[in-house]
Amino acid sequence: MEVYLEAMEEILRMESITKVYPNGIVANKNVDFSVRKGEIHAIVGENGAGKSTLMKILFGMEQPEEGEIKLKGETINISSPSAAIRYGIGMVHQHFMLVPSLTVAENLVMGIEPKRNNFFFDYKKAVQMTDEVSKKYNLSIDPKAVVDTLAVGKKQKIEILKALVRGAEILILDEPTAVLTPQETKELFEELINLKNQGFTIIFISHKLKEVKQITDRLTILRNGRSMGVHDTKNTSEQEISRLMVGRDVLLKVEKEPAKPGKTVLKTNQLSYYSDADTPVVKKIDMDIKTGQILGIAGVEGNGQGELVDLLTGMKKASGGHILIHGKETTELSVKEVRDMKVSHIPEDRMIYGVSGDGSIEENLISDRFDEKKYNIRLLMNVKKLTELAKQLVADYSIRCASEKQQVRMLSGGNIQKVVVAREFSSEPELIIANQPTRGIDVGSTEFIRKQLVKLRDKGTAVLLVSADLNEVLELSDSLMVMYEGEIVAYFQDASVVTEMELGLYMLGLKRMSEKELGGVMSG
Amino acid sequence: MGSLFDLIFSTTFGYSVLRVTTPILFATLGAMISIKAGVVNISMEGTMLTAALTGVVISGYTGSALAGLIAAVLIGMLLGLVLAYFALNLKTNIILAAIAINLMASGGTIFALFVISGDRGISSSINSQMLPRIIIPIIDRIPVLGGIFSNHNVLTYVSLLSVVLVYILLYKTPLGLRIRAVGENSHAAESVGISVRKVQYISLIMSGAFAGFGGAYMSMGYVSRFSTDMTAGRGFIALAAEALGMGRPLGVLLASLLFGAADALSTSLQRFRIPSEFVQMLPYLVTIIGLIIYAVRQSNATKRHKMEDRV
Repeated sequence: MEVYLEAMEEILRMESITKVYPNGIVANKNVDFSVRKGEIHAIVGENGAGKSTLMKILFGMEQPEEGEIKLKGETINISSPSAAIRYGIGMVHQHFMLVPSLTVAENLVMGIEPKRNNFFFDYKKAVQMTDEVSKKYNLSIDPKAVVDTLAVGKKQKIEILKALVRGAEILILDEPTAVLTPQETKELFEELINLKNQGFTIIFISHKLKEVKQITDRLTILRNGRSMGVHDTKNTSEQEISRLMVGRDVLLKVEKEPAKPGKTVLKTNQLSYYSDADTPVVKKIDMDIKTGQILGIAGVEGNGQGELVDLLTGMKKASGGHILIHGKETTELSVKEVRDMKVSHIPEDRMIYGVSGDGSIEENLISDRFDEKKYNIRLLMNVKKLTELAKQLVADYSIRCASEKQQVRMLSGGNIQKVVVAREFSSEPELIIANQPTRGIDVGSTEFIRKQLVKLRDKGTAVLLVSADLNEVLELSDSLMVMYEGEIVAYFQDASVVTEMELGLYMLGLKRMSEKELGGVMSG
Repeated sequence: MGSLFDLIFSTTFGYSVLRVTTPILFATLGAMISIKAGVVNISMEGTMLTAALTGVVISGYTGSALAGLIAAVLIGMLLGLVLAYFALNLKTNIILAAIAINLMASGGTIFALFVISGDRGISSSINSQMLPRIIIPIIDRIPVLGGIFSNHNVLTYVSLLSVVLVYILLYKTPLGLRIRAVGENSHAAESVGISVRKVQYISLIMSGAFAGFGGAYMSMGYVSRFSTDMTAGRGFIALAAEALGMGRPLGVLLASLLFGAADALSTSLQRFRIPSEFVQMLPYLVTIIGLIIYAVRQSNATKRHKMEDRV
């Protein structure tokens, strides 16, 4: 542990913070964190490393089980966001906390409205306040504009102004660039540096190392809820940061034989998807997965991977291009029709798309096959047979539970994921689309699921693996693609030759393959 | 049909439109405040009914119409508070809680009336008071206008004035800004330290107060007694009027007048040989058609927007 002697400048300190969520997930374990006045301090870490939890604790949205927070040397108790605001801590949330139909000025003064005659809301004053604060901090915005009509970058400005107008000295920005265009990001950075020069302290949560290098003074790395130490940004290379973030030492080795790819199972042709906004989320993707092959898709989250999976599984309809499974066009088919073609899907968010939390383990396990003839006796379900099946799956996939009738919600994250995996893997799939299959679950379950994936591949199943976890994609994939801003920017037919650093360069958009190099996507 | 036009363009008809609009307008304003705060109060019907009985009983007991009115408004606020407690503290579904209030009011008022006065269904033995009518000095002498706008019950004027007051409340006071913020994005309001629960409590109590005014008018202005289920769905019409008025004070006033006009028409038309059930159906038909047009236009706009994006 490095010791910092510049206690004089320290404005905030969080000491041995431990947070355990009711479902047993340890989000933070003995985390120490301190920031100095007037610095931009990054908190970096992978998804689920505990960055957001730590900041929610600081902003009073969560209460820690252990640990204390000191502001300017005094121990404080931050019981709610309003308390945090009173202590001069402001937060710019990833999802904006704005009221769309109100104007900028109205949003800004919400909760601290200026009054006329002690009764009426003084809108003129609100506009004036907005003008003043936006001029003072050089964050130009039209106070009378309706928020709904503004671009994302402007909305973020309002959020920053909201914190400033309430007297925040410490600003927490939760992945502020995730939603911004490169131009908006540049503008934001200029504004942040300007604020820093005026004495504000900024905590910058990110997993984009390039940005962290570019703008921060120091950084704290979190991994699996633990702090991996504090570092001066300028003395730390991106490689070092990523090594500490990912932690090569806990790398899970999966034994696997070389792949024996057979015939094509899934093929896409110029597959595109546009969201409501006018930016393409998935851009002209060509890919090809064969039997007995795991194709990994690496990439920073939010680069179109989720939408790609939704297109392939029929949950979203393509704006352009084609999807072919076993040579048959499935672009317009429903989810059920796609699944009936022996396609399994491990969704990104298990609680929303994976299971019904209120249902029992058994109900969840049989939810994709209760309508099959062999499980029914005319109009009625063959409950006995279904229970037998559920019992068998619980045993096969070692789902730790009191009984197969237990409510899924009561299980741990790893066991919930095993319920999903048991259902999806036991239906004799020919194509598995696994989106973040081991996110946020314990090491044991992770290892189990990874081994199962490889086992199915050896039996001839085609697997598409989408993961933000670099270890996972590198370990499991036979071939590997990198997605950046909706496009495939790299393709490696042999994933074993790729290094993490190389992958990182593509993931961060620092490097991309030429059309010719990518040609391998189609032929490979 | 010439006589139909004579009827509609008569001052008597204009007068009766305002007369029957009053309770609908009160209930609609109440519904609007609750909906703006994101906690729809569908117990307006039951609350009005309870307030109507309370007004009759208290005014009969004290001999004061004002006391009856105050009691009616207080009972309205109390029921708003009860709904808020169930929905916000006990976390019951607000629709179910409101349905319970409506059902309780329907049976409870008959029971309470019987216990208090021994009357069955109609409060004939209670000597309840009427709220006064007001003759507006100058307007009264203007032909046509005087006939339509003067000599109404005091609460009719209060209801019209309330439109302005609610507008000021929602758009010109800090509380109004908070109500709108809470209803549209409660997380945003919470994140700046606004107590969402407090704002919703206040909104539901205010909506109950408006239902109280509406109820008092029904039994101490529109007619001079309480009778079983006398609100006859006005609390629900209010929800339709709120939607048709698109949640804006002026729109809500116009929508209420539309329903009032339909109501007045159905009464007047009974002298023609059109079945009154058919005529009474009109306001609802108007609502449904209005809402369909609104919805179709909205979804077309969204579609166009999407198509433009694709290009």
